Parts: sequence; C-alpha cells; structure tokens
Amino acid sequence: MADNILIIHPRDNVAVALKTLTAGEKATAKGIEQFWVLEDIPASHKIALRDISAGEEIIKYGEIVAVSTRDIKKGQWVHTHNLESKRWKK
Amino acid sequence: MSEITGYERRNGNFGIRNHVLVLPTVSCVNGVINRISREVPEAVCVTHAHGCGRGGPRDLQILFRILSGLVQNPNVGGVVLIGLGCEVSNTKNLLPMIKEAGKPIEILNVQEEGGSLETAKKGIAAARRISSNIRNQPRVPLSWHKLLVSMECGGSDAMSGVTANVAMGAVSDWLVEKGATVIFGENTEMIGTAHVLARRAKNEQVARQIEQMIERAEKLTKDIMGDLASLVISPGNMDGGMSTIAEKSMGCIFKGGTSTINQVVDYGEIPTERGLILQDGPGYDGESMAGLAASGSQLMFFSTGGGTPAGFPAIPVIKVASNTRIYEAMRDDMDVNAGSLVEGKSLAELRTEMIDLMIRVINGEKTKAEANGMDVFTFMTVNPPF
Repeated sequence: MADNILIIHPRDNVAVALKTLTAGEKATAKGIEQFWVLEDIPASHKIALRDISAGEEIIKYGEIVAVSTRDIKKGQWVHTHNLESKRWKK
Repeated sequence: MSEITGYERRNGNFGIRNHVLVLPTVSCVNGVINRISREVPEAVCVTHAHGCGRGGPRDLQILFRILSGLVQNPNVGGVVLIGLGCEVSNTKNLLPMIKEAGKPIEILNVQEEGGSLETAKKGIAAARRISSNIRNQPRVPLSWHKLLVSMECGGSDAMSGVTANVAMGAVSDWLVEKGATVIFGENTEMIGTAHVLARRAKNEQVARQIEQMIERAEKLTKDIMGDLASLVISPGNMDGGMSTIAEKSMGCIFKGGTSTINQVVDYGEIPTERGLILQDGPGYDGESMAGLAASGSQLMFFSTGGGTPAGFPAIPVIKVASNTRIYEAMRDDMDVNAGSLVEGKSLAELRTEMIDLMIRVINGEKTKAEANGMDVFTFMTVNPPF
C-alpha cells in the first residue's frame, strides 16, 4: 500500500498528510511502524509522529517551525489550534 | 557516473548550450530585434523594457549587471548587441564589462548604422555569421565544478514545499557533493528562516549577511504592504497546512538543500565561491531568473504547484510539478512530476529520476520550456522612471 504520510527529515516530530486522513485509519511511511490516525487531518497538513508536550518545539524540515501550546498525542492533527509561532533572535 | 559535456569558452567557463544571443541595450530598438528574430529563428532574440529613464545608482547597477551578465552567461556562444546610441546603457558603457566574455560579440547602433532597417539587415547578417562560426564547436567533457545550477519556485501551492522543493533540495545536496555550485534567491521567501540559514553559513560574516538580507526583505515587505504584509503568510497558506511563516519559508528554502552556505551574492552578481550560494534577489519568477542567469547559471530547476510555463532565454529550465493534477493538466510544460511522491514513489527514486533527466538536459536534451520557447526576460528595478 502506498504511504499516506511523508516524513521530510529524520529529526522531524511531525509528518505531512499526503491525502486526507480519517480518524481510525493507519498512518504509513517507509522506515517507521504504522500508527493510528486519531482525528481527521486535511491533505498537506501535519500529523504528530510521537507524543509532544505543551511547550515543546515542532520540528519539520529538521528545523523548529513552531512551539506546541498543549499536549499533542501521536496521530493527532498539528496546526494553529495547538501551536504558536516562535521568532528567534540569535 | 555519467559524463556531462559542454562548450568551452575562451575565458575558461563552460556552457551547456551554444546559443547566439541577440540583445538590445534599450527598449527603443526592440523592433530591430523582432525583425532579426523573424529572419534568424535559431538565434535567441530577447527584448526588454529597460535601458534608459532610470538614473539612480541602484537601478544603473542592476541594469548594467543584468545586461552584461546575460552576455557573459556561458550558455551564450556569441552575441549581437543592438544599441541605439543615446541611451544610458549604450554599447560604449557596456563594452568594458563584457570584454572578458570569451566569445564573439558584434555591436551595432541604430543611430550610427543608418536607421532601424539597415541595422536589422546588418544584425541578421551578423547573427548568421556568428551562428555558422559556432555551429560546429564540439562538446567536450565538463567538470561538475564548472556548473552553476539555480533553484527557483513560482506559482507555489501547499504541496510545493512538501514534494517538489524537497526533491529539488535532494538534488541540490547531490550537486554540491559532486562539486557543483547551487544558487537560489527570492529573499522575501526566506522571511522567518534567518536563524536556520545563518546557522548554516560558513562563517560569521556570511551569517550576518544572511540576517541583514532577510531583515531588509522583511522591512521592505512591511513598508510596501503595510498591514497587508501578513498576507506573505496568507490564509491560503494556513488552509494548506502551513501553520507559521517559518514553516512556509522552510518549504521554500528547502529547494536549496542542506549544505553549508558559502556566500551571499547581490542580484545578478557572479559568485566567487562554490557550493551553496544565496542571492539577494526578488521573489517574482521572471525577475528572479534574470538575476540567477546574470550570475552565470547554466541550468535551472523550477518548482510549481499552480502551474507556470515560464522558461528563460538560452537557459534550460526543468519544470517540477508539485502535484499530479497540474502535471497531467500541463503535460506540455512539466518535465518532472514530484506529485509521484504521494503515489508511492520514494524520494530516493525521484531524486535519481531528476538527476538522470538533468544529465540528459546538460548533454543537450531540451526541456519542455526550452522546446516550447517559453522564454521570459524581465528584471528588477527599484525606482520609478523619470
């Protein structure tokens, strides 16, 4: 079966939904064990690859792209409702 | 590994094409170019809307850099330069900048040659003469070190940063590993990623240049767009799953891969370093490509999700569709379907496919935009005309 999520970088804690994912189906990608999709997720949106605690960094492309604002479970949708932007100053 | 070939120039550069370029110094003589184009279809005849009427130092710098850069581009084997006479970028002013180009250049000025028809007649003869002189120049083995490949994105969609730019990033890393140079610009699309790019700079100086470039781009965007600056990360991006501007911009800059950034060059400036290079240029496709071409790029990858057919004169542009729908809808324009990643193709397989295509293109196979003649030539200006 074709993968339905894409992990862009090995460091990432989120993957990208390649199609609309439905709660109760399995998320599949090469090199990882299948896991349950916990809620409906639109295509091209992010799914948590592991449990992420509130305040933890969201890693995509191997880089920090946001910070979570609440606990997120593996298989949940990751978007503006549970993360916020972080602007760095070196 | 497959061998690549190209055309050696007298100054040590190598082109992957051997075109005759017919270029006006100023828009006033575009009609002369059009007449030459009709008679010498094998020549790359380019028109533009510039050459006079803007006197600020920055606009003059850009004007001369782009015109001289296009003449010097290694894919150009010979040039017919058509001037008027009284313009700012007249051939006398341009000449010192192109004398090291290492190729035949014939110069004609309408005000000296007896008017537009006479100039066109001489231009046709000159283009044919150069064409027949360079036609039989042999391809010789080309080192990856001599190659400057551009990574461009335009008409992006939510999948551009997930499929096409990720695949182009993988090709970028492969190219840098081979000793080639990779360049990308579009400073507005770097906003929010200064911390990522600066960390990858080869030294402190390059890191500061990256931060300053992105800071300027952000300030300019805010100055011009005011409250609408937030549209740089638009509801459309959010709907597509981009949650922050850093995430959106990561999708853009990923097309350059993950190598160390060795230099920041100005718009149209020729890099002096190898490896991965950033260009301080605009995001608008045609203007961005002109800067990359003037920097000496011989080949471009161009990702698109919405679907743009745009190519560039004298330079093969490999179009990478970010989704299968637009690949199918614009088959005549698209060279690669990165949407295949969604249908089960692995990134490694797609990268291999793109590298194989790139090698064929370097060795002469035409890209879709090249075969279709989808050339776009325009470049950036900063001030209004007088």
